[in-house]
Amino acid sequence: MIFQNAYYLPEAVLDNNNLEMLFPEWKAEAIEEKTGIWKRHCAAFDELSSDCAVNAAEQLFSQNPNLRNQIQFLIFVTQSQDHASPTTACIIQDRLGLKASIGAFDINLGCTGFVYGLSVAKGLIITNPHIENVMILTSETLTKYIHPKDKSARTIFGDAGTANVITRAMAENTGVFEFGTDGSGSEIMIKRNGSFRYPFNKVSALDYDDGYGNITNDEYFRMKGQDVFVFTLKRVPNLIKTVLKRNSFEMEDIDLFVFHQANGYLLEHLRKKLKIPQERFFTYIREVGNTVSSTIPIALNEAVKVNKIKSGTRVLVAAFGVGLSWAATIIEF
Amino acid sequence: MADLNIDDLLLKLLEEFDDIETENFTAETSFKDLEEWSSMQALVVIALVDEHYGVALTGEDLLNCDTVNDLYNLIEKKSS
Repeated sequence: MIFQNAYYLPEAVLDNNNLEMLFPEWKAEAIEEKTGIWKRHCAAFDELSSDCAVNAAEQLFSQNPNLRNQIQFLIFVTQSQDHASPTTACIIQDRLGLKASIGAFDINLGCTGFVYGLSVAKGLIITNPHIENVMILTSETLTKYIHPKDKSARTIFGDAGTANVITRAMAENTGVFEFGTDGSGSEIMIKRNGSFRYPFNKVSALDYDDGYGNITNDEYFRMKGQDVFVFTLKRVPNLIKTVLKRNSFEMEDIDLFVFHQANGYLLEHLRKKLKIPQERFFTYIREVGNTVSSTIPIALNEAVKVNKIKSGTRVLVAAFGVGLSWAATIIEF
Repeated sequence: MADLNIDDLLLKLLEEFDDIETENFTAETSFKDLEEWSSMQALVVIALVDEHYGVALTGEDLLNCDTVNDLYNLIEKKSS
């Protein structure tokens, strides 16, 4: 296999029974039916996204001790950095004991971060003959940013970290990318206050109801779920069509579709809309929820485990989310 | 795409809401007053309208309509 990866899940679990206890109007089974999710993992108070990513990377190194010295570039995809400065990837280089002769930087993207990271990794490998292995780490601890009474967001999101080694063979087997951005939708998913544009203030801490009984405020990450849904209906079908065209493939040429695991209900709707047969559409969300930039690496890992991805399998990966941002490509494993 | 008429829309909504009884569900029913109305159920309505009528409703649209009739009028307006 030209691709190696591993993932880490924090220990604490929030399952649908726990949610029903917190929000009795939402039944555990109904949550599963409407989101496809049964449980999510939540990072501990002192467990950062970098910790989750380091744990995932150490899993890979324990399987393959030589790998540590073979990493020639490190990309960390996160929106929850250790510090505003320096770049968290630099700190991780040291924590993982990677060589000093490597480049390292963060990519600040959410749901689409892995696919963008892969495009950068491919570019690095193709343009630098001496770079054979790029490590992409993805991690988010979004549950720390969710208002305790925001039942909608608490239902969807979970924390995780992943480590992925993009080899030269993988870069060569990764096709052309299709990208997209629409910043006019930035308010659909946002942690609005607490940075330079809108600092914390007396108003930002005031709770409000989003119109559906979800309580949040501008100091937390909030999401207008309905508008996210509308965004995906508008953009994803065209994203798939265009990435197929750019790579000169038809729908039938794709062995497996792996989308960002946003929400099981939304994924099923997209699958039907795109007329993708169930057996060629991989989902892995019930056990982990929406882990932002980690959903695609986790799904790829699980697809390999159940033999849905083998050597030679042609996989279309498509990501869409916060930004708004979207991207897709086709990989031959 | 299905032809839009109010009876058909009522039937499709009935299939997606578990807690309502047929005889109590009319064009004047406020679906937002139903106990099971939630942000999750709003996605179900958006999906249903997209699948059957090819119309993309927004969260704002749904916040501004109350009865099944309002929803019907909205779909009609957006599909023309």
